[in-house]
Amino acid sequence: MRRYSVFAIAREAMRYHTGWEKAWAAPEPKAKYDAVIVGAGGHGLATAYYLGKNHGIRNVAIIEKGWLGGGNTGRNTTIIRSNYLQDPSAAIYDKALQLYETLSQDLNYNVMFSPRGLLMLAQTHHEVRGYMRTVHANLLQGVETKWITPDEVKKLVPIMNIGGPRYPVLGALYQPRGGTGRHDAVAWGYARACSDMGMHIIQNCEVKGVRSENGVVTGVDTTKGFIGCSKLGMVVAGHSGQLAEMAGFRLPIEAVALQALVSEPIKPCMDVVVMANTVHGYMSQSDKGEMVIGGGTDGFNNYTQRGSWHHIEETLRALVETFPMLSRLKMLRQWGGIVDMTGDRSPLISKTPLGNCFINCGWGTGGFKAIPGSGWAMAELMAKGEPGPLAAEFNMWRFKEGKFIDESVAAGVAH
Amino acid sequence: MLLLECPYCGVKAEETELAPGGEAHLKRFGPGSAPEEFEAYMFARKNPKGVHFERWRHAYGCGKWFLAARDTATLEVFGTYPAQTSEPPADLVEKIRARRPDWKGYK
Repeated sequence: MRRYSVFAIAREAMRYHTGWEKAWAAPEPKAKYDAVIVGAGGHGLATAYYLGKNHGIRNVAIIEKGWLGGGNTGRNTTIIRSNYLQDPSAAIYDKALQLYETLSQDLNYNVMFSPRGLLMLAQTHHEVRGYMRTVHANLLQGVETKWITPDEVKKLVPIMNIGGPRYPVLGALYQPRGGTGRHDAVAWGYARACSDMGMHIIQNCEVKGVRSENGVVTGVDTTKGFIGCSKLGMVVAGHSGQLAEMAGFRLPIEAVALQALVSEPIKPCMDVVVMANTVHGYMSQSDKGEMVIGGGTDGFNNYTQRGSWHHIEETLRALVETFPMLSRLKMLRQWGGIVDMTGDRSPLISKTPLGNCFINCGWGTGGFKAIPGSGWAMAELMAKGEPGPLAAEFNMWRFKEGKFIDESVAAGVAH
Repeated sequence: MLLLECPYCGVKAEETELAPGGEAHLKRFGPGSAPEEFEAYMFARKNPKGVHFERWRHAYGCGKWFLAARDTATLEVFGTYPAQTSEPPADLVEKIRARRPDWKGYK
């Protein structure tokens, strides 16, 4: 792989940019791999990358039914934070945040990580108490967050109306290290690094069945034929339930639609990320100047990648009260993604009833921020066959045992 | 936009008039049940890509619970029926079979 650098740009400028290589190869599948990962989104590609980098397993295929990074990786609002309440969550999300901090250098690919700071607004007294509790929990976990007053919020975000009357800003949970990244670049950067290690990224290849013998997976039937594997990793977010059904077990997962939208580009007006969970909205400004806005999930199962209109109305109605200047903005695009929700709103990084089959799913409405940490933990699980400290608590049997990692209260809706 | 006809008051209710209530025909488990049984009914809910049976409440109408058959992959609604049944009515099952010949049936 030719490295990207300022010298590469200069060199290519001298020869009409004829020397750039394809970022990743498009090979035909082999008959068998040491590990097959289903799903070439951020989490799947990160899993493959750390399998190769941390554990030396490089005979790996990543199978994708559509195009690389075309699912939720390309549909989220790119928020990165680690201010979670429970210890296992804080550990894995902060691992992800730490990896994001050096990811551009590690991958030699600019993922445009922008630690611009992140605010979670408290707009009810219940939220004030909840976020103060999170601040204290984060202090014990070694995750730097702080509680700030309405005046400090106004100083950070001058376009915000903190006076209410319906949703006054009573303070905020502030994580200065939080921010955003370029979602596509994260997938592309990992894909390029995986391809460079000799891994096969096979796009437009849908898994149609999972073959197993005596409780052990032997491979997957795909639209490009049978592909054998010694280990199988399922990392398919919204369709995890379908894939698990093919493998013969059921997951504690339900699929629902989550929506986001983006405005026309405007001059820079907000240089932090703002999340307002009471009113189900969160917003940041992209480098192009668009306001990127996320909303709430629908309350019913749905696989159509489009959500209910009234959720958009609710999100915008509330955001317009908090940010009055938004009222004249035109929205350019609106879209939905299928998110995999667990009962405690925490993910599964787990062994399964099949011996050599592992699952990474259930990231629900907040998977993008976790990509590097999730891949790191999943790679360790797949390589060793047993979870490391990051993944241990996220097993799929916790619902039977009542050992929930309950973030549904802590994270509100926006997650 | 999702439109469901309330089987009690006959109103074709639009989504904002309704409250979703999750999987229909759940078998509930009480004290003394095994952890597996609690897990199965509380967390391991059916999550099909296709025909699905759900509970809905006509929240801003008559306020009653009813059940609906819907396709989660297309948002097509097959029909609604009162909640006082332990499985989908036969005529609705026939209707779904006609629309989805490869449907494996209610389990």
